[in-house]
Amino acid sequence: MTQQTQAPLVELKNISIAFGGIKAVDDVSVDLRPGEVVGLLGHNGAGKSTLIKVLSGAYAKDAGEIFINGEQVEIDSPRDARANNIETIYQTLALADNLDAASNLFLGRELMTPFGLVDDAAMEAECRKIMGRLNPNFQKFNEPVSALSGGQRQSVAIARAVYFNARILIMDEPTAALGPHETQMVADLIQQLKAQGIGIFLIDHDVHSVMELCDRASVMKNGQLVGTVNIADVTDDDLLSMIILGKNPTEEANK
Amino acid sequence: MTDTTNAPIPSQDKGSLFQKLELDMRLLGMIGALFILCLGFSWFTDGRFLTPRNIFNLTIQTVSVAIMACGMVFVIVNRHIDLSVGALLATTSAVMAMMQTQVLPEMFGLGHPMIWVLAVISGLLVGTLIGAFQGWLVGYLTIPAFIVTLGGFLVWRNVAWYLTSGQTIGPLDRTFLIFGGTNGTLGTTWSWVAAVIAIVAAIWAMSNARRAKSAHGFPVKPIWAELTLYGIIIASIVSFIAVLNSYFIPERRLQRMFDERGEVLPEGLTVGYGLPVSVLILILVAVVLSIVAKRTRFGRYIFATGGNPDAAELSGINTRRLTVKIFALMGFLCALSAVVASARLSNHSNDIGTLDELRVIAAAVIGGTALAGGFGTIYGAIIGALIMQSLQSGMAMVGVDAPFQNIVVGTVLVLAVLIDIIYRKRVGAK
Repeated sequence: MTQQTQAPLVELKNISIAFGGIKAVDDVSVDLRPGEVVGLLGHNGAGKSTLIKVLSGAYAKDAGEIFINGEQVEIDSPRDARANNIETIYQTLALADNLDAASNLFLGRELMTPFGLVDDAAMEAECRKIMGRLNPNFQKFNEPVSALSGGQRQSVAIARAVYFNARILIMDEPTAALGPHETQMVADLIQQLKAQGIGIFLIDHDVHSVMELCDRASVMKNGQLVGTVNIADVTDDDLLSMIILGKNPTEEANK
Repeated sequence: MTDTTNAPIPSQDKGSLFQKLELDMRLLGMIGALFILCLGFSWFTDGRFLTPRNIFNLTIQTVSVAIMACGMVFVIVNRHIDLSVGALLATTSAVMAMMQTQVLPEMFGLGHPMIWVLAVISGLLVGTLIGAFQGWLVGYLTIPAFIVTLGGFLVWRNVAWYLTSGQTIGPLDRTFLIFGGTNGTLGTTWSWVAAVIAIVAAIWAMSNARRAKSAHGFPVKPIWAELTLYGIIIASIVSFIAVLNSYFIPERRLQRMFDERGEVLPEGLTVGYGLPVSVLILILVAVVLSIVAKRTRFGRYIFATGGNPDAAELSGINTRRLTVKIFALMGFLCALSAVVASARLSNHSNDIGTLDELRVIAAAVIGGTALAGGFGTIYGAIIGALIMQSLQSGMAMVGVDAPFQNIVVGTVLVLAVLIDIIYRKRVGAK
């Protein structure tokens, strides 16, 4: 890839955020280029989800700067993130269980009729289109998403992130609740989105899937960045020792 | 179930008669319960329960609680509660009573045609503002709604008392009384006009929804099912109006009305009451709020937030402002209820709206609103209010002792929720 010459799609610089005196994220800088998948690794509580929620607008950072395409932006709410074409698939999926798939897909961005009413029929039609691409077996369009299986719910959450032409995609453990078949589906999707030039932050526990899907990996421990490495230059064991011991085996690898 | 990407949408050819009609089973259950109740009381009272006169009275007694229950659906769906609605009704009623008996007559002179308009506007304004204030305490200062409105329950009840010095304020403005029930009805002709408008609007809305569905190639119910539904709707509207029209104004009252106009009552003339203005207001509130619930962003966000507050917030919904709007709407509806309630009694009394908060919450809950949030319908709340009122006045007619009346109502409330829980489990945690 020729990414080295381009301005990064996203740059998070010196981000810090604290909750009641505990530094959940401490002076962390990561970046992401178009068409690249960057894995975020670390133990539970290492601060990966918190860092990413700063980018998705769910948390307000205490310090640091966010650049998108080289320009500094302020992201104070999920709405700001969406305005910058940042879409997030949360670990919890963030679905309203009592609404159907189309309502969830368009939540906060409903299609309207000329009279200012919600256009359910149009939204269902769009929902059927995108689900036909992502998960052709999906049929339960008129039922609340609480009636769906884990994989079906996941595909609704993914559809929501993909539908609105995201440039930057954040996936927080997207395969945690999935079976092997659906996990493969997500892996294929990531390759497909990558080819379209979308940058993806992938948070994952599983070192193997990170090795398989990512171009680079940033490892965090206790709120601090251990290091960022090119996947091609490291082994599973290198990544594991970074996660567990907090040691960076290849300080110069990323330079 | 292994369709390819562009597979046609499978048509639904499974299912029973009810599924073809796409009727809500819960709605049918509630209407069934109301029916059994009415037939039962009718049998015990030798038919007195189902006379036009009693049905007319039932509807106008239900209106005040039903209007507030519509707003309570939104509050509860949003995972809040409002214990202050009865007290808020009292405060807004007191404001309107003082305005039209003391403040405005001093400014314009007694009997000025603008008095009732300004009184109603000031009441609605005060109700909306108080509601918005409570919503701000809940949404922005994150005080639990239970506490805010429990406080409001004490505060507004006694603000009403303070405003009126505890006195009964009356008589209210003559035009204002039109909103009260027997004092203001459309008469037979206009009632039929209203019926025709309602039928046309209902059929237009349903055929529009059908057209939107088929335009996108979604399955629609068979045409005979559609026509059957039209038939049911037309029949219910026509019979409702027919019943209200066949409750005749008592002869002595009619005599008085003609005397006032300086006319002579023709021999043997009978005039039907027709649709009460208050019921018309309730119907309008129900239609508007149903559209708000189903077809506006505001309604969609209320349900989304009730289903999963975190998801709503992550979708960019301003849940705090939403809370303020919901409570403001609740306050507005309390004031509207106050118009109907005080006009029906033709004065403001200090105990107006007492215990209404419990009736309103019970009506919403009997109507299928889940206290856990996320589920509830406007029509359910209205049927819930009707069931409560039928029980109460039915038992009074049969001659059940007062303590037993409340014991039964309380038991029914708990049973209704139990049945709802069992129903939800059966259909799979919907």
